[in-house]
This record gives sequence, structure tokens and C-alpha cells, in this order.
Amino acid sequence: MNPPEEPQRTHTIAVLVDNEPGVLARVIGLFSGRGYNIESLTVAETRRGRHLSRITVVTTGTRMVIEQIKAQLMRLIPVHSVSDLTLEGPHVERELALVKVRGTGDARVESLRICDIFRARAVDSTNESFVFEIVGNSSKIDAFVELMRPLGLTDVSRTGVVAILRGPESMESES
Amino acid sequence: MLKAFVDDYAEEDPMAREQMTGAQIILKALADQGVTDVFGYPGGAVLPIYDAIFQQNRIRHILVRQEGGAVHAAEGYARSTGKVGVVLVTSGPGATNAVTGLTDALMDSIPIVCLTGQVPTHLIGNDAFQEADTTGITRPCTKHNYLVKDVNDLARVVHEAFDVASSGRPGPVVIDLPKDVQMGLGVYVEKEASKRKSYQPQLKGDLNKIKDAVEIIKNAKRPIIYAGGGVINSGPAASQLLRKFVRVTGAPCTLTLMGLGAYPASDKQFVGMVGMHGTYESNMAMHDCDVMVAVGARFDDRITGRLDAFSPDSTKIQIDIDPSSINKNVHVDLGIVGDIGHVLEDLMKAWRANHGKSDENSIKKWWQQIEEWRSVDCMKFDQSGDIVKPQYAVRRLYEHTQQQSKDVFVTTEVGQHQMWTAQHFGFDKPNHWLTSGGLGTMGYGLPAAMGVQVAHPDALVVGVAGESSFMMNMQELSTIQQYRLPVKCLILNNFYMGMVRQWQELLHGSRYSESYMESLPDFVKLAEAFGMTGLRATKASEVDDLLAEMIKIDGPVIADLHVDPKENVFPMIPSGAAHNDMLLGPGDKVGQPVSEDGMVLV
Repeated sequence: MNPPEEPQRTHTIAVLVDNEPGVLARVIGLFSGRGYNIESLTVAETRRGRHLSRITVVTTGTRMVIEQIKAQLMRLIPVHSVSDLTLEGPHVERELALVKVRGTGDARVESLRICDIFRARAVDSTNESFVFEIVGNSSKIDAFVELMRPLGLTDVSRTGVVAILRGPESMESES
Repeated sequence: MLKAFVDDYAEEDPMAREQMTGAQIILKALADQGVTDVFGYPGGAVLPIYDAIFQQNRIRHILVRQEGGAVHAAEGYARSTGKVGVVLVTSGPGATNAVTGLTDALMDSIPIVCLTGQVPTHLIGNDAFQEADTTGITRPCTKHNYLVKDVNDLARVVHEAFDVASSGRPGPVVIDLPKDVQMGLGVYVEKEASKRKSYQPQLKGDLNKIKDAVEIIKNAKRPIIYAGGGVINSGPAASQLLRKFVRVTGAPCTLTLMGLGAYPASDKQFVGMVGMHGTYESNMAMHDCDVMVAVGARFDDRITGRLDAFSPDSTKIQIDIDPSSINKNVHVDLGIVGDIGHVLEDLMKAWRANHGKSDENSIKKWWQQIEEWRSVDCMKFDQSGDIVKPQYAVRRLYEHTQQQSKDVFVTTEVGQHQMWTAQHFGFDKPNHWLTSGGLGTMGYGLPAAMGVQVAHPDALVVGVAGESSFMMNMQELSTIQQYRLPVKCLILNNFYMGMVRQWQELLHGSRYSESYMESLPDFVKLAEAFGMTGLRATKASEVDDLLAEMIKIDGPVIADLHVDPKENVFPMIPSGAAHNDMLLGPGDKVGQPVSEDGMVLV
């Protein structure tokens, strides 16, 4: 019953929270309880002394939904700040992936060559396999994984997106 | 000099401070928060707290009959006083029984602190006896919750819980208390002035936006003020300011179900309740207005009806303390985040500074239009013959209570009787009308009335109920009797789950699937079984005597009033319909068959 053709947008949102038990469950419960999407979510303590963790979440929705998500996140008691990096300006997004490829002969050589092109690194090697480590934005990792698929790709482990604003501004300074 | 040094030293050294048990810390913290009454039910995991309750007399404990009743009672207590309602229950089933009440309090923004017992920390996660993941279960139905694992955190957590529950948009907070923490020794800390850094609700509204709002309202030709429960939560001063604000703008004022009483029903600028069972004039004015000012109201689906047809041509201003309420369901043009009282005060100042004056001619025309809608007399009903119309019963109740010198509080359960009470009982003061709005919890009204009466022992508290809702928490009659609470239960008995029956009649071809109640108890004998007075009336001519006697009796009463089982609540906006597409009475049929989109709505 909403106007049907509101475009869906993808936003990267950084959330600074008190690192206490249950805080991640609160964030995830909010998304599932209200029917919002999570494309990726990463969390780790970033300020040990102040017990602060930073959550980076990539989500999609209409403009009104994205605004709702931010307002709902801000309502959680342990949340210090919510910044929509997609709106707030240029930012760097990175994801790390570990990619296991199994093969011998030409395929093995080809996988090393692609690894080189993508500035990935081989972090483990046997006579018949490699584990590559690749860092970049999500689309670069997607492309790398696709190229590895015919060369014997067996496993992929991805961290999900982490992101930070370019320039001198900080979202952690005041809180 | 030496003494001062010693005192300072004593304050510096935590070891020098008095050690108390966790249970004593909890009770001291409650007392320091101004708590005088706690609603609860004991059990294994809260025995240390109950032992501490036994050994003090600052806090009174009201023993309910089921934990669900405790939370609703605390809700009634909180909403009628403006204080935080406090609940104490045991682990496992005690906590899970409280979940409905917590959700109810969350939906209606009622400040509650609920203390739950928990198995000792070393047993958590072991599926111990009466263990439940209380913080996990209550996370989505509380504003915030805590599991306290260190007795030295207890006092701080309790103080913080009261702050979180009562400030900003109020709501329920759970503190889960493992038994070893209740028994361990720790240090009490006073309630601190400093708040948690990550939780600082915004009270003052943006002054520039407030100025913009004045400009918009001043130029409005067909304004309406739409106020909700947020006004009541903001405190009595906010209701006073709302009154002044409505007065200076000359605009009509409508209220949501939760907002009733925030603006006097007897005032001529009041156009009645808005929404599904609101008045014709209110809903038409909402639809046709050119400026809508939403004050502490959240555009609930029961208010808006079909969203894409909701007030299509208006500029919308919304004032709310919760930023997530703004632009949630309905796009608003100007959202002002802040406490209603603070914002209305600044709004009045800005209005005066602007030498605000509404466009008198347009407002006059607008009122002519509203009077025309009013003349439809949408609340009319036909009381003829012996069968009691429920609307008549509520009107008569209102008249009878008007002759009282006592303060009058009314609670309801959920369903038809709730709507008839909202429609036909005129509420002139905030905090005197208590109902379950957001969650729609049958079984709310009786325990809520109990909570109100605990807080206001000398008031006249009437719990209007349907017979089905009444039976959902009627074990609390025993509590009412134990504490000699003179609650008056007025049952509008139509032998049906009336609202379910109404929807089945209108939307499901009169197939009354499971909405008729067989084997109802004899409510008069039921009253007697609990040691209270039971009354009954079945004819219209008996209504006045019944009500007069019910009010006169010095003690709890159950009045079983048989009403027309076929009566429906009108006016009604069928689900999925727009505001200007109302059914005014039984003569009106649902215009076009309710669309499938509408059918799926509840």
C-alpha cells in the first residue's frame, strides 16, 4: 500500500556501541524484528579502554526505510552514534576474503596469475591447493571469486564490509 | 579537622562503606527512587528479595494472583500517577508470564521497571529448574534490559533502569537478577545525576523548526491538531499547554485512543476521537485539512486507515520525543524531535513573538464545514425497549460519575466495550483513562484498575469490561479483595467476543466462528465467591439503579449488565478504507466489498 515504485538503495552504516553482552543481539533483533535487510554486518571492539565496539552494517531499503533503520538504531540504549557513510560523504569500504582453490597444471598457474592481477596473496599452499587472501571492495572480491570458480574454487570466507569516512572527521571523538 | 579528614577518607575507600546484600541494595535503590508500591509474586529465584521485603516497611508489596496481572497493575499505577510502575517476579514462568504486560507497556509507552529472578550465575545456560533466557525473551518487548552478574553493579543498574524507563519515550525495563547476586555482599551507590552517555533523549525542540511550524499553522486555512498519548506521557503541564495552543490557533482538536483526556472532551474545539471508531467529524476533518499538527501521536494504522488516501492534501507537522516515530508510516513535512511539554512551550512563545493570528475567515468557514459533519450526529444510538444498548450504559455511567465529588478513573479491557467507553465517556483530564491501545490486550483492564486503586485509594475506579476480556485475568479479584480495593467492575455482558463477532458479521458473512461463549459463570455468584458484592441488570429501566448502587457500595463490586448482543460499534472505517469512507451505522453497508488488501489487515 506504500507507493510501490520507491527505489531500493544500499547504504553502509557505522554504529558505535558500548561493548556489553547482548548488544549485537539487540542490533540484529531490530533488523529481523522489523523486517529490514542485512547484506553484511561486521563487529569488533575498537576502543578497548572505553569498551566501545564499531558495527558496520550494509543494508538496503527505500529512503524512508533507511531513515527508519537509523532512527531505530539510535533508540537502542547502548548505541552512541549512527552514521550513514553513504550519505555523509566519501568513505573507504574494504572487505577481506580467504579463497581456497584446488587444482593442478594450467589451472593452478592461471589462479596464481589472477592472484597477481588482483593484488591478492597466497597465504597457504600445497601441491594441489592455494589459499588466497584478497582485500578490496565487495565487487572486486565478487569478481575474483567468479574468476576462481572454473579454476577449482572450493571455499570462500568473507569478513563483510568495514568502512570509514575519508578525511579528518571522526565519529568516535565526541562519544 | 581530624573528623573531616576521617569522613573524607571514609568516602574515598569503598571497603570502608557498608556492605549490604544484593537484596538489600535493591530495596534501598527502589526506596531512593521514590518507590512505595511493588506488584509481585514470589518464587524460588527471588526469595532473598522477599526476605528483605519482610524486614522493612518503606515499600508495600501487593501480592497478585498471576504475574501478568502484576504488570498490568503496575501499568495502571504508572499511567494514573506519572510514576514508574514496579514489578517483582520470579525466574522462568514468572518472567514469561510478564511478557504480555511488558509488550503492552512498550506499545503504549508506559514506564515500568520489572525485576525478575534468575537462577544463580553458575547455572545460567544449564536448563536449570525455572530457568528461562529472560533477557533474550524480553529484548524485543522492553525498552532496555539488564542481566546483573556482579552485586556491585546492582545499585547503578537499578538507578539507570528507572532513568531509562521514565525519560525520553517511556517504556518497560527488565532487570534480571541471578539469585547469587541477590545474596552476595556489595556496596550501595547513590543515584547519580550523570546519565549514561549513550542515552540522552532530546527534550528541547529545534527552535528554527518551531518558527517554521508557527508560520505554517498561521497560514493554515483548514488546520487540525491531532494529539496522542505522548501528551499525557509528557505530564499534566503538556496537556495545559495543548489546551492553550488549540485555543490560540482556533483549530479543531482530535485525540487518539491513548490521548483521550489530554484535551477536555467537553470543550467545543474538541471534535472527538480519531481513527477506525472515531467520530465522523474528526475523520473527515483529518481527511480534508490543509495543515495537520501531530502532537505525541504516531500515525498508527488504526488512525490512518488506508495510507495512500490518508489526509492527501495536508502539510503535516509532527512533534514527538522519539525520532523513529517521525516519518515511520506517513511522510511528514516538518518533524520536530522533543518533549511535547518543552516544544509546546516554545511553540507558544514563538507564536506570541510572531504576533501569530490565524486566518479568521478561513477558520470560520472550516468550522462551518465541521459543524455540518457534526450534525450527522455519528454517535447516535437508539435506546428503546427493554434491551440495554451498551452505548446507553456508558452514557449513564458517565452521568453518574459526573455527580461524584471523588476523582474518577476508568479502565477498559479490549473490544467493543472499549470503543463504546472511548466514544461515550467524556474524559476531561489526563491520566484518568487507562486502556490497552497499541497491543490490544484483553485482560488488561481489571488488573490495571487494581493498580489505579492502589495509587488512589479514595478515588472511584471503574473497570468497564466485556465478559470475555473480564475472564482473562479475573483471578485478580482475589487480590482486589485481599487489599480491600473498592474497584467497580462493570461488565457489559453481550455473551459474545463482541468485536470478533462484529468483524465476522461485516467481513466474513456472519459466520460466527468460535466467538460465542457458552457456560459463562454467574457473575453475581462469582463476586460472592470472592467475598465482594455482585449486582445484575438486564433491562434498560434497571441501568440507573444498578450504576447508582455500584457506586454507592463501599467496596469492590461486580456489576453484570446484560446488553444487546447484536449491537455493533459505529462509526467504523473498515480496514483498508479511507477516512472519508466511513460506515455510520447498521444501515450503511460496506461500500464495495472490502478489498483483499483490506481483508489481510487486522
